Amino acid sequence: MAVSRHQNAVAPLRTRDPVSTWFGRHASISVASLKQLARAPFSSFMIIGVIGLTLALPTALHVLVTNAQAISGTWDDALDFSVFLADELDLAAAERLATLIEQRADVERVTLVSAAQALAEFRERSGLGTALDQLANNPLPHTLLIRPAGLNTPETMALLREELEHLSETAAVQIDTDWVARFHAILDLIDQGIGIGAALLGLAIVVIIGNTIRLDVENRRDEIEVSKLIGASDGFVRRPFLWSGGWLGVLGGTLAVGLVEGGLVLLDAPMTRLAGLYDGNVDLVGLTLREAGLAIGLGASLGLIGSWSAASRHMRAIEPG
Amino acid sequence: MIRFEAVTRRFLGGQEALSGLTFAVDTGDMVFVTGHSGAGKSTLLKLIALIDRPTSGQVIVDGQNTRRVQRRKIPGYRRQIGMVFQDHKLLYDRPVADNVALPLVIAGTGPRETGRRVRAALEQVGLLHKERQKPQTLSAGEQQRVGIARAIVSRPKLLIADEPTGNLDPDLSLEVMRIFRRFNEVGVTLMIASHDIALIDRLGCRRIELEAGRLARADADEQPPLWP
Repeated sequence: MAVSRHQNAVAPLRTRDPVSTWFGRHASISVASLKQLARAPFSSFMIIGVIGLTLALPTALHVLVTNAQAISGTWDDALDFSVFLADELDLAAAERLATLIEQRADVERVTLVSAAQALAEFRERSGLGTALDQLANNPLPHTLLIRPAGLNTPETMALLREELEHLSETAAVQIDTDWVARFHAILDLIDQGIGIGAALLGLAIVVIIGNTIRLDVENRRDEIEVSKLIGASDGFVRRPFLWSGGWLGVLGGTLAVGLVEGGLVLLDAPMTRLAGLYDGNVDLVGLTLREAGLAIGLGASLGLIGSWSAASRHMRAIEPG
Repeated sequence: MIRFEAVTRRFLGGQEALSGLTFAVDTGDMVFVTGHSGAGKSTLLKLIALIDRPTSGQVIVDGQNTRRVQRRKIPGYRRQIGMVFQDHKLLYDRPVADNVALPLVIAGTGPRETGRRVRAALEQVGLLHKERQKPQTLSAGEQQRVGIARAIVSRPKLLIADEPTGNLDPDLSLEVMRIFRRFNEVGVTLMIASHDIALIDRLGCRRIELEAGRLARADADEQPPLWP
């Protein structure tokens, strides 16, 4: 127990350069706070679960909208017109008109549905069957189904529609795909709504993490007081709490990504079956790497915000005295 | 090293813990602050550690007027002072070595240097063989020595101790004082609050005796002790 006299008792403390000190501290504290979460696995898991579910909700909605957009995107090239011809026009004239329109550069294909074909189809689909035989004559007109060329812009489409409407043979023009545009508008609205909902849920996560950190600060009261007594700065005291909050956010975000991707795996088989019924080929789009990173990064940011505000507020009350 | 100039600390009720206290402690001194409970010993040490601030007067520590130390500069200020507490203030959830290392961790000392210094500090208080134990497995005297090791691990120029032997039997108290004495011999200034007059007289150190917040006697050599 000898005090070595050659040891200089008043030597200033040698510290490393600030940058490596900073990294060294953070590295060890990050591991320590992760271990601390592992020491209470059940409560940690509960909190991470709540954060994960809260983040999964807007993430899943976003994936839903993305997939709806991807599927409906394939309908865009099917902006077909139905041109109902005047009643008095006979089939030969209709065929001539069809050939004429098909030669236009802004039209890809014209399909003539004769009045007889239309009635036959109606008979089959409506199930009215023999009731239609009571009709004296066919009330349906000949119809041209026009598939515009792919290089059309909305302006040239409008022009094409207008020209078709002004033909003397035309009774009426109907665009079958107005609802696609409406559907897209609805999807955009939902996407925006997700943003607002996500902001509210983000606030909830900040509160959840803040509350967890508040309890944590309370539990480590002695440690905080002693550390402050022997010269710990606010930043030093706050650092482990920031890491705890950050970890909760990162793990919650990861759980959210896992839940969404897991849900997609479960939905993949029924979706393929459904698409098969419509002769379609649909691949569900999952989260991109960027979106997954964004979800996890969002979790981390919310965790940091929650823990920063809670730790700063509550540790100020703990002063040695 | 320490200078008090007309220091008064008045509490909200108007009661004064210290009243116009003036004294100085030179660098390298080992000084005891004595007096009855409530005489102002703890308040005096708290003013030095900036746990409390004077109502009026100046406290100058190592050339630094504590009045000018802003709140956010307090941690850096405290790191220059070693502190020993009557109730040890150890952290019971971690081993002895980690407790002693805390000031170095706060200061950002590298792990190798930290390990070396922690072992050196524990060796000086004779507890190197218990570095992996948790504090609650140690006796009161050993816990106090851990607290001392923590106070000296960052090699402060000034060490203040509030009733460091308050809970210890005479033998252990003497042991703790011997440790303090050895630090003093290598140049550390010590200021120790204690009411253990018998022990202090055996050590023959200077005494600052407080009585109701005022100086009762400044030096044991100038006046005969009340209790021989």
